[in-house]
Amino acid sequence: MSEMTLVEAINLALARAMEDDPDVIVLGEDVGINGGVFRATAGLQTRFGSERVLDTPLAELLISGLCVGMAAQGLKPIGEIQFMGFLYPCIDQLVNHASRIRNRSQGRLTCPMVLRTPHGAGIRAPEHHSESTEAMLAHIPGLRVVIPSSPERAYGLLLAAIRDPDPVVFLEPTRIYRAAKGEVEDNGEALPLDVAFVLREGRDVTLISWGAMLKETMAAADALAVEGITAEVVDLATLKPYDEVTVLGSVAKTGRCVIVHEATRTGGFGAEIAALIAERSLTSLLAPVARITGYDTVIPMARLEQHMMPSVGRIVTAARKACQFS
Amino acid sequence: MASKKMADGGLPVVARFEVRHRNYLAPDGSINRPLPAFASDANLLVSLYRAMVLLRSFDRKAVALQRTGRLGTYAVSLGQEAVSVGIASAMRSEDVLLPSYRDNGALLWRGVNPEEILLFWGGDERGNHFSGPVEDFPFCVPVGSQAPHAAGVGYAFKLRKEPRVAVCLFGDGATSKGDVYEAMNFAGVHKLPVVFVATNNQWAISVPLRLQTGCETLAQKAIAAGFIGEQVDGSDVVAVRAAAEEAVAAARDGQGPRFIEALAYRLGDHTTSDDASRYRQEAEVQARWREEPIARLRAFLVGQKMWSKAEEERLAAECHERVEAAVERYLATEPRRPETMFDHLYAELPEVYAAQRRELAGEGDV
Repeated sequence: MSEMTLVEAINLALARAMEDDPDVIVLGEDVGINGGVFRATAGLQTRFGSERVLDTPLAELLISGLCVGMAAQGLKPIGEIQFMGFLYPCIDQLVNHASRIRNRSQGRLTCPMVLRTPHGAGIRAPEHHSESTEAMLAHIPGLRVVIPSSPERAYGLLLAAIRDPDPVVFLEPTRIYRAAKGEVEDNGEALPLDVAFVLREGRDVTLISWGAMLKETMAAADALAVEGITAEVVDLATLKPYDEVTVLGSVAKTGRCVIVHEATRTGGFGAEIAALIAERSLTSLLAPVARITGYDTVIPMARLEQHMMPSVGRIVTAARKACQFS
Repeated sequence: MASKKMADGGLPVVARFEVRHRNYLAPDGSINRPLPAFASDANLLVSLYRAMVLLRSFDRKAVALQRTGRLGTYAVSLGQEAVSVGIASAMRSEDVLLPSYRDNGALLWRGVNPEEILLFWGGDERGNHFSGPVEDFPFCVPVGSQAPHAAGVGYAFKLRKEPRVAVCLFGDGATSKGDVYEAMNFAGVHKLPVVFVATNNQWAISVPLRLQTGCETLAQKAIAAGFIGEQVDGSDVVAVRAAAEEAVAAARDGQGPRFIEALAYRLGDHTTSDDASRYRQEAEVQARWREEPIARLRAFLVGQKMWSKAEEERLAAECHERVEAAVERYLATEPRRPETMFDHLYAELPEVYAAQRRELAGEGDV
């Protein structure tokens, strides 16, 4: 057990997976000697060779398409897209091929691939480097969409994603790549996919979030505790398919729900969760479901990005309002 | 050429490239140049001929089925039968085919049953769970998007040191897509065992080649990716087969990828949903009928006494019988139960979707 950052935990999981399984291949731009722009693949090429850790040409569509071809051949490719803003050329491959080759070939060909990409804003990066368009991906049948919120879950969930027999988009919360530190044991044990994690138990209000936003959400829970409001915090972790049971169970207990995500509101994944609660748990609600999200605008560049993203204050206010609703 | 002009201006030429054109049989079946070695094998030539005739016969029936509401949209190979058949004939069963939606000839050659192809175009995914080589890809409908898969498959072969080749078929329109160039570029970097084949049938639905590219040939696109591109007469199955044989052998031998541009002509509509008379002149089509591959090979075979009228009649009857039998099996195939649309969505269907499957199966509410 040692303390490490989230990005170090990613690196550890990649190394572990490559060590355990010769079919695991890492590919992407600058993932080789440079170790990736965030250092997530640091040291891997030296250790596993340039055939298994390969620098691709600068072509994102290619990276995702190569993964499909390699995976159909039984390899376990892990593609890296440098920033989520550069993922969009891969959408064709994800929608038309990765997510459905198993179904359209009736199980003859499969696609055990992982596509990793940094997710979210808050690091004062240039334009197009701060996207959080996970809802687009979660809309694709046949895909898994996973996002960790701590080093421990980054390690365990990435191992699970790599071992999963179906394609997984693995979103990595850029803002807490280094800010999040925690104890990780390199024991090769995966955490379950499709399962939400209850990070904190509470009775009065359920706060649901994922990725880097859990940081503000947990801070909001601390602040609410001071006011005597106990918040249950749920880390959704897998967005597709997501853990309806944990969501509904928590809301049944608290009767109040605030969903927090930094992605824009309209059509965001919070809308899906709110709809689920409305359909299945309306009578347990003591207050309207609230969404604290990014605004419906283009993610601004560095000078304004903080104003776009949900703050601890906005979350606390929404939770307090839910608790005062009558 | 630009490089020549620069040379004239006193600047050094740093690279020069050539694109070769391959043809053996003239449209009338006469021989333009010495035939490749395999052409002395009458059985092989006859099997190529039979495969092309079967394909045309199959296409004719498929269109009839579509016109009578018993098949969905269908894409015929009329005029370009020599390409898919000639290419597939140079592959080994352990190689991997990545076809576009018009490459029925290659699938049939590789052992896919005609009823499986009908099942696919009849709207049933089980048609993709076919009797051909198990690692072959299904038809690719989004144009050119299978090219990166071919590069991935080729990478896997190279990594595992397997002497196998990925063969990727697409049309002239696909060469305008980044997918194809990205895949070729990567295959060039790693000298992957991949053969890219563009069937240049002159038309991408209604868009003619001159609006698709400013290049003199499609074959030269390989030059930018660092490997050989060759143009072949795609109506001459001997030329297609010869080019494919060479390219596949080179790829298998570790010499890297090749690109084949097969010049052909789409004598039919794009698909059964298209009406080509809206955008091209009948005179153009009629002129191209003189080049078509089946009559060409037949003229050669008859001239060489490798084929007779009696054999032709027997073949027609055989094809008819085989296609009719396939149609019968296709039409007799019951549709899948609706809830099976969830099968093979994931290795194991997540419980949240299993509930939807139960709803579709009439097993209680979600």
